[in-house]
Amino acid sequence: MITMSVPRFWRKQIARYNLVGTYCKTCEEYFYPPRNVCPSCRREGEIGEFKFNGNGELVTYTVIHAAAEGFEGQTPYVLGIVQLEEGPRLTSQIVGDPKEMHIGLKVRPVFRRLGQSGERGMIYYGTKFVPA
Amino acid sequence: MREVAIIGVKNTLFGEQWDRSFRDLVVEAGVGAVEDAGVAGEKIDSMFVGNMSGGQFVEQEHIGALIADYSGLAKNLHVPSTRVEAACASGGLALRQAICAVASGMDDIVIAAGVEKMTDVPASKASSALAAAADREWEGIMGATFPGLYAMIARMHMHRYGTTSEQLAEVAVKNHFNGQFNPIAQYKNKITVETVLNSIMVADPLRIFDCSPITDGASAVILAPADIAHEYTDTPIYVKGTGQASDTIALHDRRDITTLEASVVAGRRAYEMAGLGPKDIDLVEVHDCFTIAEICAIEDLGFAKKGEGGKVTQQGETAIGARIPVNTSGGLKACGHPVGATGIKQAVEIAQQLRGEAGKRQVDGAEIGMTHNVGGSGATAVVHIFSRNR
Repeated sequence: MITMSVPRFWRKQIARYNLVGTYCKTCEEYFYPPRNVCPSCRREGEIGEFKFNGNGELVTYTVIHAAAEGFEGQTPYVLGIVQLEEGPRLTSQIVGDPKEMHIGLKVRPVFRRLGQSGERGMIYYGTKFVPA
Repeated sequence: MREVAIIGVKNTLFGEQWDRSFRDLVVEAGVGAVEDAGVAGEKIDSMFVGNMSGGQFVEQEHIGALIADYSGLAKNLHVPSTRVEAACASGGLALRQAICAVASGMDDIVIAAGVEKMTDVPASKASSALAAAADREWEGIMGATFPGLYAMIARMHMHRYGTTSEQLAEVAVKNHFNGQFNPIAQYKNKITVETVLNSIMVADPLRIFDCSPITDGASAVILAPADIAHEYTDTPIYVKGTGQASDTIALHDRRDITTLEASVVAGRRAYEMAGLGPKDIDLVEVHDCFTIAEICAIEDLGFAKKGEGGKVTQQGETAIGARIPVNTSGGLKACGHPVGATGIKQAVEIAQQLRGEAGKRQVDGAEIGMTHNVGGSGATAVVHIFSRNR
């Protein structure tokens, strides 16, 4: 179970809600999840914010039957790695029929409830993907 | 840098041990290894303990001191004891730190131990603790599980190389076969490909028999400078190479989903230090936390071409007595996977094999062996090469 405090979630809210990551102006490399140090040029890099439109394709995926704690009500659910058009990859749930999933599937982002910190805890939201 | 040798080894039983506590397990392993080496407590200069998550599994931190205390090495001798953590590679890293301590000349006799007590919490809590080895904020929060991450590796491997579920199953079948000859193994039952393919789905395409279990257990080895190893044992096992490498914490940031680059680089570093290559290795213990992980490991370490790990497994090339025996102990799958202990257990298995003490699972004439221990979905890897000849 993810038992994150309110501030721990809140401080990354913009990144999670709006797919805001970063990019390195020196290398023209894009990062989501956001990074503050470029792995290619490190301290030479000049890092800025970048909002992704979220269009991408499915690199690989699984259909989870034994859920992570807190996700029991959602099984089976599809978890995938999505590559955004600008290059970065992220892990997300793909909403839809597991039978329709395939490597290379074009996807687009949707704003969804991700989970809840325990029975009475904070409900948290973020970005999932659906077939485009 | 000084040469280093293993002079004593011990594994506890691996399994669900309701009657034994965290400290019971690690003290049995540590004292057993010290007895095996015939070394007095006063001679011990330091100890390193691999433990992934005492905090989550038994709500105990400050593991190093606890273990020194209950091993009888704290109250009077005040032996320095350091806990090492790198998720499932904690044991392998503890061993590497211990090797560094001896090689540097700082310490002579050093204990490297590993322990995990995983069954004092419900399975759901154990899975959640293990998920902390991945990126909690960018993988875990989306509902990722460890089987789920390795399932995504498996899916890509199947897509790109034509690897089949039957080939994955062959890894589990072989490791269960080997496990029946290992007295400490959690599972000593033979299984078939059908057993695996008919078991419940955990994270498609991985089924429950593709996954290593939840295990209690501890392991320990005693290290000494090679120059004095013969004072303690007739069969010292020499450390020829050690390599460690890091990669991105999240699977999605890897250059290639089907390659654990940390394994490739740690392997290369160990091979270079030893002046050896894959053809020189007589047997290897790899980190088969899932069946696909063994297939990737034998490719990444150079025992199979990329994409052919499933094929060579199916052809029997990784069985005892074949080209390159893999996981003679039963591996994580059948011997069990007490996460902090696994990296040390692998070294114990190789030492027993190179000493010729592995009983019915003995690899005839084994002279050089390798261990490969992975943390998370591949963010840490550590590889060691051992030889019975100096």
